[in-house]
Amino acid sequence: MKYARSNWTAAATAICVACAGSAWAGKADDTLNAAFTKELENVDSYFNSSREGVVLQRAIWDGLIYRDPATNEYKGNLATSWEWIDDTTLEFKLREGVTFHNGEPFNADDVVYTVNFVADEANGVKTQRNVNWMKSAEKIDEYTVRILLKEPFPAAIEFLSGPVSMYPNEYYAEAGPSGMGLKPVGTGPYKVIDVVPGAHFVLEKNETYHDSPKGQPEIGKVDIRTIPDVNTQIAELFSGSLDLIWQTPADQAEKLATMDQFTVANESTMRIGYLTLDAAGRTGEDNPFTKLKVRQAVAHAIDREALVNALLKGKSQVISTACYPSQFGCDQNVTSYEYDPEKARALLAEAGYPDGFSTDYYAYRDRDYAEAISSFLNAVGIETNFNMLQYSALRELRMKEGSPVSFQTWGSYSINDTSAITSQFFKFGSLDDSRDQEVKDWLDIADSSTDPEVRKEHYSKALKKIADQVYWVPMFSYNTNYVFTKDVDYTPTPDEVLRFTTMRWN
Amino acid sequence: MLQFILKRLGLALLVALTVSIISFSLLFLSGDPASAIGGETATDQDIEAIRVLYGFDRPLVVQYWDWLSSALTGDLGESYYFKLPVASLIADRLQITMILGVCGISFALLTAVPLGVAAAIRPNSFIDRLALFLSVAGQAMPSFWFGLILIVVFAIQLGWLPPSGASSPVHFIMPTIVLGYYAMPAIMRLTRAGMLDVLSSDYIRTARAKGASEGRVLFKHALRNAIIPVVSLAAVQMGFMLGGSIVVESIFALHGAGYLAWESIARNDLPTVQALILVFSLFYIIFTFLSDVLNAWLDPRMRAG
Repeated sequence: MKYARSNWTAAATAICVACAGSAWAGKADDTLNAAFTKELENVDSYFNSSREGVVLQRAIWDGLIYRDPATNEYKGNLATSWEWIDDTTLEFKLREGVTFHNGEPFNADDVVYTVNFVADEANGVKTQRNVNWMKSAEKIDEYTVRILLKEPFPAAIEFLSGPVSMYPNEYYAEAGPSGMGLKPVGTGPYKVIDVVPGAHFVLEKNETYHDSPKGQPEIGKVDIRTIPDVNTQIAELFSGSLDLIWQTPADQAEKLATMDQFTVANESTMRIGYLTLDAAGRTGEDNPFTKLKVRQAVAHAIDREALVNALLKGKSQVISTACYPSQFGCDQNVTSYEYDPEKARALLAEAGYPDGFSTDYYAYRDRDYAEAISSFLNAVGIETNFNMLQYSALRELRMKEGSPVSFQTWGSYSINDTSAITSQFFKFGSLDDSRDQEVKDWLDIADSSTDPEVRKEHYSKALKKIADQVYWVPMFSYNTNYVFTKDVDYTPTPDEVLRFTTMRWN
Repeated sequence: MLQFILKRLGLALLVALTVSIISFSLLFLSGDPASAIGGETATDQDIEAIRVLYGFDRPLVVQYWDWLSSALTGDLGESYYFKLPVASLIADRLQITMILGVCGISFALLTAVPLGVAAAIRPNSFIDRLALFLSVAGQAMPSFWFGLILIVVFAIQLGWLPPSGASSPVHFIMPTIVLGYYAMPAIMRLTRAGMLDVLSSDYIRTARAKGASEGRVLFKHALRNAIIPVVSLAAVQMGFMLGGSIVVESIFALHGAGYLAWESIARNDLPTVQALILVFSLFYIIFTFLSDVLNAWLDPRMRAG
């Protein structure tokens, strides 16, 4: 570690109580101290798949386009305008006079290099789905560039306003993903002055940030440490050495909200929780979940309202569609199943299980939610043999042989489009437990049409059938708590991205 | 003696090899490494691509041989997760863990041995009761709870110490106490038992009879003999501290090797886990060896063997 490498190794053996509490943070020295819970693998945004990575990406780099999180309106960022030349060609006019943090000027060469680099599968971009729809980019002139798509992909604008950031061509060619991860260089509102991999990140305000729709940063420095234990994070908050924490569990946030010195802000995220049922009979032809009445019984058996009120709290809501409500094409007008255990038992009896049955049941996170769901199922006679597995182990199981019923969650990697969720799970991939040809065909049309009305119509058809057939039992949306001191003024957005640029000192 | 050392070394190497084979296979059993690397958002194609790219599609034996042969040439590979050379990653983190381990065991020894001696001199006295109380409490208190209590008292209420981090020596005070206190009870009880045993032996009576001062009897004659099993125990505890300070490192956000190992297992980061296990087993081997040498120095009878 950089700061550990200095000459205090010897000093540590002669520990003496020096005066602690020097330079405690915050407003006084214009440094916002924040905490991450998880170790971020690589700051290079194309080589991590973490929420923490997205937070840093939005601060360090810019995309060609920007989606206003409040209005969902697309605005030019590094591009000033764009137009579809045809179904697979997008042309951009670039903003002039922008420079990267290392002084390199931004122009068409950077866009061409970045797009061609990330679109080439051989370069191993970790988040392939963010980039694998692009074929290449070509320069028209110094400030005009075209991005060519592999096939029609209407969500392109959404991706270009989110995960696709522009990198400096000369620097990236030399530094590569490892170099970029240790010394990131972008055009964004914050530049990076120190990285200790996984543990510590220090950002500094970009004084010459261009006139971006992200707004101008105000807080001078952002110092982020990875503190894995939530209790320690809260202790740091109390002692004044942290100004902001997030992803704080609901019970802790409730207690902190009663204290005068902190603000607790709650905002929903795009992540939803759902049960996926083996309608296709992948775990066996005689599997009870292949019967529609059993699947309906499951949907009626669970009191989703109670789960939200007792466990998730905050801005979580009960959902009935197989997508997050704000996503483009996520029709809310589908069959929903009210909590009715009697009806659930009756349906099970009609399906030929008057005494219920027992089944394997899996989950990979949120044990408390998964257990609550399991007890609702037990109550109507579906005896669950609950298995909590590591994500990778459950995924392997589901890819190979499927699971009769499992509790899953999906965050749509913050893409505000139904193609980022429904189309990922109902197009005969290894995690598709229903294998419904009709649903797949509709989703194919919706995913590739450039006519928004056609897209909406076909997503709606697919979502209605998924709900009627109860391939999934959608449960609830997630939420996140942001806790900060009274010195900080911040309004979180519903996409679970911490935006340092919009933070202010009170 | 040389033959004895060589035999011990050969045995130790076999142990290290076996441990690495077991850990390698266990990681594959605990979940598909390609899915773990790809993460939640990876598509089926991504996972397939990762499987080919990292060579998970090859037989396990071939993969293990690949790792072993490059490890033997000093190349520990690149972390799947951080995309950084494992050697430099571990070197950075080990520094933290070593400081913590050395401070922790020093704290444990400096409190446990005097307390154990004092307790043995006056069995069933107040000091013996106090020592017993401290050791029972140390054994019973989980580290995560004790750590948080220290944070609440010294970082929040009194404001004397920083709650977490590793940016100055002061940051290591609380982690040292928590880690050291966990190792203390066993060392203290062993010191007390050893001292009680030795103090009632004939040669101590002889030493007293020939008029040796009480200090000389206690420290030159008694402690030197009583401490032998303590040295072996401390060596094992030291190895445990270097590999097992996961809880303490996580509470105090120290980002040391123990926490890295724990996280790497969850992430199926094979090269990092394998390298850490190698390093940890080497530590055990070295410390056990050192304790043998130290014991031989303390007890001339062992030198002959």
